[in-house]
Amino acid sequence: MSEVDNTALQTQAESLLQNLKAKNFQLRGPERMAIPSQVMPVQDPQERRHNTSEVALGYSPEQAMVEANRCLQCKNQPCVEGCPVRLPIRDFISRIAVGDFAQAIALIKESSLLPAVCGRVCPQETQCQVQCTLGKALKDIDKSVAIGRLERFAADWERTQGAGKLPACQPDTGKKVAVIGSGPAGLAVAADCRRAGHSVTVFEAFHKFGGVMLYGIPEFRLPKAIVEAEVETLRQMGVELIPNFLVGRTRPLQSLLEQDGYDAAFIGIGAGLPNFMGIEGENLVGVFSANEYLTRANLLKAYRRGVAATPIVEAKRVAVLGGGNVAMDAARTALRLGAAEVHLIYRRSEKEMPARVEEVSHAKEEGVQFHLLRNAKRILGNEQGFVTALECLCYELGEPDASGRRSPVAVPGSEYILPVDAVIVAIGNSSNPLIQQTTKGLEFNRRGNLICGEDGRTSLAKVFAGGDIVLGAATVILAMGQGRRAAAAINAMLSE
Amino acid sequence: MTIKPYTILYKEQLSASVFLMRIQAPHIAAERQPGQFILLSINHEYGERIPLTIADADTAEGSITIIFQAVGFTTKQLAQLPVGAELAVLVGPLGRPTHIEKIGHVVCVGGGVGVAPLHPIAKAFKQAGNRLTCILGARSRELIILEKQFTAFADELIICTDDGSAGRKALVTEPLQELCQSARKPDLAVAIGPPVMMKFCVETVRPHDVPIVVSLNTIMVDGTGMCGGCRVTVGGETKFVCVDGPEFDGLKVDFDGMIRRLQAYRPQERRMDEEHECKLSKLEQR
Ligand SMILES: Cc1cc2nc3c(=O)[nH]c(=O)nc-3n(C[C@H](O)[C@H](O)[C@H](O)COP(=O)(O)OP(=O)(O)OC[C@H]3O[C@@H](n4cnc5c(N)ncnc54)[C@H](O)[C@@H]3O)c2cc1C
Ligand code: SF4
Ligand code: FES
Repeated sequence: MSEVDNTALQTQAESLLQNLKAKNFQLRGPERMAIPSQVMPVQDPQERRHNTSEVALGYSPEQAMVEANRCLQCKNQPCVEGCPVRLPIRDFISRIAVGDFAQAIALIKESSLLPAVCGRVCPQETQCQVQCTLGKALKDIDKSVAIGRLERFAADWERTQGAGKLPACQPDTGKKVAVIGSGPAGLAVAADCRRAGHSVTVFEAFHKFGGVMLYGIPEFRLPKAIVEAEVETLRQMGVELIPNFLVGRTRPLQSLLEQDGYDAAFIGIGAGLPNFMGIEGENLVGVFSANEYLTRANLLKAYRRGVAATPIVEAKRVAVLGGGNVAMDAARTALRLGAAEVHLIYRRSEKEMPARVEEVSHAKEEGVQFHLLRNAKRILGNEQGFVTALECLCYELGEPDASGRRSPVAVPGSEYILPVDAVIVAIGNSSNPLIQQTTKGLEFNRRGNLICGEDGRTSLAKVFAGGDIVLGAATVILAMGQGRRAAAAINAMLSE
Repeated sequence: MTIKPYTILYKEQLSASVFLMRIQAPHIAAERQPGQFILLSINHEYGERIPLTIADADTAEGSITIIFQAVGFTTKQLAQLPVGAELAVLVGPLGRPTHIEKIGHVVCVGGGVGVAPLHPIAKAFKQAGNRLTCILGARSRELIILEKQFTAFADELIICTDDGSAGRKALVTEPLQELCQSARKPDLAVAIGPPVMMKFCVETVRPHDVPIVVSLNTIMVDGTGMCGGCRVTVGGETKFVCVDGPEFDGLKVDFDGMIRRLQAYRPQERRMDEEHECKLSKLEQR
């Protein structure tokens, strides 16, 4: 288990930085490669498993500068190739390396609207950092330049500088854009269309804005104040934000376009339909979708017992089914809500887990127990209908198939009983069918995802889409990227 | 687009624990149809979101009517709010509207506060040209609500109380059974009320091949299909009440499963209630 001594990290960084300054930051490749990776300061695992404050504390300026000096400033910039929005990674890192943080964040913001969020939650190890020349040279992807942490550092630094400059908006065009859903896709569209001078209204079903960044991803991983600050910036730019408005029910999409005078609409409603396993006992009391469990805890603040009116199960032994970010978030939230034991059940091996590596290791450090190559077979309950146990089945990796992948196969007769009093199902989300049911002429594929072109154009005139409703459950950065492309197409259409 | 504040325009106590409120929400009043509901919360940061059926709407005033029993933590606090106060959260109309058509003879059965959501549905069936029999049940006379309103449009109105203090001393299933056996056997039954009542209404009509629609009021969080907290088993399949319902074919609903799921937070609710009462009584002592 990694014990991190935050003070030692800082002392080390300060002395390394002295050396770098002495050399005026002029280093040869091998010298840069010899600089040690800067470890992220974190809250102590035994303490943090009982609180909701952020786990990763962020680099200090000294650490950030040292880490940035590890970057080899590659001519071909493979890291940029790996980034879904092609952030100018090499260039912003070169600014941090010499302490020019203002220029670094300015460069980042040309491509990303949510750097403080993405720096924290992007799966860097499968995007930019897997491509990094340094990681490859050192034959260890963990030794790649910590691009995400540097991005986070630059964004956090900007917030500490007091109210940042508001992005400039073009003069009013008199055109109106309706944005449906306030997740990263919708917020990106709102920002870009407003900057182009259009008046923008964001309609959100919940009473708060931010989508999954607010109700799904927990505070200990993404402080809500960060998301709220982004929303506040939009408000100050003049974006109209309407909560408690479920497009399709509160008002049909067509009425917005035909009666309310919107010239374009963007659908960014996410993938909000939890999948269940379809096993016996799934409707017992104490079985939740991760969406429900996390929404109660995060958005409705059920962890503030005695203050929040929303109840949440008080489970002592919790099983979480799944191996993605959602499963990790649910498991770690359960610990923070007082569970003595949290068991994570995943059908494949750790290598296949879709969760960010950092979340997996944080979950382990906090004491989540991993049951790999296991699957839930049925959920058992008592006479009152409350969960009492989970029956699990063991799997092993089978022969490699044509693609060389070894898929798990069930081991007959390997069932065992795990006593638990709550089960959280985190095996993915499908698309919410509401817009499909209430809007004529929109084309969806068999999985319920909206079909649209490269620029987000749907089968309906003036209607664009992006994010999880198009991609299936994906990532914040992809949602934001799609939003930006759609906004560019909307802006082009409206200027015709 | 501007959304007006969700202000309480009118408040009336219908019985010891049942309240009626009209709430400013022109955008919801304009779209709502019989059978739909809203979610509300009375505190933006720490409130609980609860579903309540829309009992009526007034497009001229731009308001919707809700009728609720002050039983849970949130409904008790809601009942304390005065006219002029604003709700923190109000979203709707949610759920699929009732399928209204002319089919002949419709019997609408309501129990307790279930009479409130039944009201717009019964009225719509009458307006569609059906013969309408209404059976309203409550524990005692004081708990009967909306009797006058129902009298205004029902072809026949049967009141039942457990203690016989008004109408027949009977459970609602008794007149329902008689009706099914009579020459005026209904073509459709609609039952809304406590889950146990709906369950027994279903069992009453089942042998007579009378189709029955029930409206389920499960625990909800978002009301948009995102959490699955509202799920019930209908005909062996899992359904989400907030988006697939709230109305379902009563003959197919697993009421026992639903009743169990409604118990989920009883222990916590009781404790919150006690803590709250305790705080209140301390305040009063001061
Ligand atoms: C627990 C959890 C953890 C995650 N962790 C990560 C991570 O670490 N890294 C990462 O990159 N990604 C992560 N993801 C995925 C990521 O959050 C999503 O891919 C991303 O938020 C999708 O953005 P979106 O804008 O498409 O939709 P969402 O963020 O889903 O937002 C959609 C919004 O639209 C609203 N809405 C829905 N229907 C309507 C309607 N009809 N009218 C009005 N509003 C409506 C919803 O209430 C919601 O607020 C995680 C997801 C979850 C659930
Ligand atoms: S690949 Fe790695 S070393 Fe090269 S520029 Fe990008 S971050 Fe720097
Ligand atoms: S209330 Fe969440 S899905 Fe129905």
